[in-house]
Amino acid sequence: MFYREAGDFKTSYRDDNQTFPIRLDRAGYWIVLFVAFCVIPFFVNDYWVNSIFAPFFIYAIAALGLNILTGYAGQVSLGTGGFMAVGAYSVYKLMVAFPDINIVFHVLIAGGITAAVGVAFGLPSLRIKGFYLAVATLAAQFFLVWLFNKVAWFYNYSASGQINAPERSVLGVVVTGPNTEAWAKYMICLVFLVVLAWVARNLTRGMTGRKWMGIRDMDIAAEIIGVNPLMAKMSAFAVSSFFVGVAGALFFAVYLGAAEAGESFGITKSFLVLFMIIIGGLGSIFGSFAGAAFMVLMPVILKNLLVGTMGWPTEIAAELEFIIVGGLIVIFLILEPHGLAQLWRLTKEKLRLWPFPH
Amino acid sequence: MPEQLLFAMEVTLNGLMAGVLYALVALGFVLIFKASGIFNFAQGMLVVFAAMTLVGVQTGQIPFAHLINTIFGTKIHHFGWTVPTILAIIVAGAAMVFVAWIIEKYILQHLIGQPDIILFMATIGMWYFMHGFAPLMWGSEVMKLDVGLAQGINETIDTTTYNWFGYGFFIDNLDIVAAIVAALLVTALVLFSQYTKQGRALRAVADDHSAALSVGISLRFIWVLVWSIAGFVALVAGIMWGSKSGVQISLAEVALKALPVLMLGGFTSIPGAIIGGLIIGVGEQLFEFAIGPLVGGATQAWFAYVLALVFLIFRPQGLFGEKIIERV
Repeated sequence: MFYREAGDFKTSYRDDNQTFPIRLDRAGYWIVLFVAFCVIPFFVNDYWVNSIFAPFFIYAIAALGLNILTGYAGQVSLGTGGFMAVGAYSVYKLMVAFPDINIVFHVLIAGGITAAVGVAFGLPSLRIKGFYLAVATLAAQFFLVWLFNKVAWFYNYSASGQINAPERSVLGVVVTGPNTEAWAKYMICLVFLVVLAWVARNLTRGMTGRKWMGIRDMDIAAEIIGVNPLMAKMSAFAVSSFFVGVAGALFFAVYLGAAEAGESFGITKSFLVLFMIIIGGLGSIFGSFAGAAFMVLMPVILKNLLVGTMGWPTEIAAELEFIIVGGLIVIFLILEPHGLAQLWRLTKEKLRLWPFPH
Repeated sequence: MPEQLLFAMEVTLNGLMAGVLYALVALGFVLIFKASGIFNFAQGMLVVFAAMTLVGVQTGQIPFAHLINTIFGTKIHHFGWTVPTILAIIVAGAAMVFVAWIIEKYILQHLIGQPDIILFMATIGMWYFMHGFAPLMWGSEVMKLDVGLAQGINETIDTTTYNWFGYGFFIDNLDIVAAIVAALLVTALVLFSQYTKQGRALRAVADDHSAALSVGISLRFIWVLVWSIAGFVALVAGIMWGSKSGVQISLAEVALKALPVLMLGGFTSIPGAIIGGLIIGVGEQLFEFAIGPLVGGATQAWFAYVLALVFLIFRPQGLFGEKIIERV
């Protein structure tokens, strides 16, 4: 009744092609942004930021990155954890080496370094396709984690082999290190997420994104109509790794504070992010958010319910989590291969006709 | 003979033996891939699940004991009996057939006609599911698997090589048993697929799904059959791995190394799986022996993957794979 496009006239091509063509969607988008920027920061405490908001924002960035590569360009990658480690270790080296430069630049440069590494490991994608490539990206995962564990230069020869984020601030507000306020953590992750999501949305609906989708749907056919597969695949790997690198940098510097490659960026991370985009929806920006939210919230809820309320051991809760996630993956692939994003789309279609479907 | 060369020979032999274990896991992958075109990521988890079930049955553990205790406040853990090894193996084999049937009925049936990559991701989902299910059923401690296989250093080889070179090679008896079992298994599989009716049907399906359907072969039956065989191979691999290093969930991650083995050997070739396994096994041991100390060791974690990656750039279909032909 309220959600409809009647009366919302488009008078230019620009209007017609905007991201949210329906007025209510636009309003909703601005309201969400307003609440996220101007309301929540005043109410968040450590628990909410550390267990929900910070991981959600950071995983959403990683999921956006992987979705660009897998959902839009069709190259399955199981190396996300390794690339996140590249982001984390490069931001650490940069933070220690250049303490005077603003950490925002460090994070962006770390993303750039990850992009370069991603392109290097993406080169074989020109010859290898499908699940051959998925297995090949495992090489990146295992090699990078091993590298950061074994080469002491990366963790500055610290005795524990861990990296610890030194204290750095943005505009006078401390954002890394143990003295960070909850809202500062929240804000820096949110700003990165919003900017990167905006970039992702506009990249994927422009010429670059169309080339990626052409490659995904059939690379030989795309090549015949004039898409350069080298450029398309490499740009997908570069952009995707940039996102994942930024996510890894934030994950270490802002969220964890201390990290160890094998533990924080192991193969389970790669699976986790892959599952986010499968459950959320391949090839959808909204899906990356939905999937990240789901995969962050589900364990928290499960843990609160089973361990907190019913007093079960954490071990069983963790095992049930594996079962539920694995089961959901299979169920989603069978019933709704396009994920939560498609469910959301269907709901909106229904809503537009509600309550008079005929 | 120079000492370094002797060491290298010993490392090579041990690498060959480790390669046999990779090849055993890879064999399960190849069988499923040939028959159904499914790239079964969960094979490593099947290995762990099979081994856990075997130990659980053998020692008389109560399945889901931990969960039952939590819900009902009981304190059960064992039935209080032990099952003879041979019987336990049969029960575990039956369990694997049951798993195959479940997978076929509730997952694969519903995914027919989907793109390969969707099926691949579904098997990753299965991997995750079993990652939780196996420890929930049998507990998460490291389990000791003992089916009475010979273990420890092989004295004959030790003394013979000592007499020859003045240096005794350390070869584990278990590795020799594994090599023999693997050879028997491959022979049995080849005989099965060449000389039995079901085996011929299996090869027909692997060749062409629709042609096989049109001559009256039941795809569903073949799929259950091939997943059962893969489950049985997983059980054998599980017995070998488990006897060597104990049964625990992290074994599945080691079993992931069967993937580069496959890429090296080609997804559709049984000899490829064996030879790929041997190459990876020897390669990673020799690399660790020669280069490892220079770069900090533990190169086994990635060597197999990087080798397969480099190899694939030059030959995308693997050593023995069928040539990939793409058409628009």
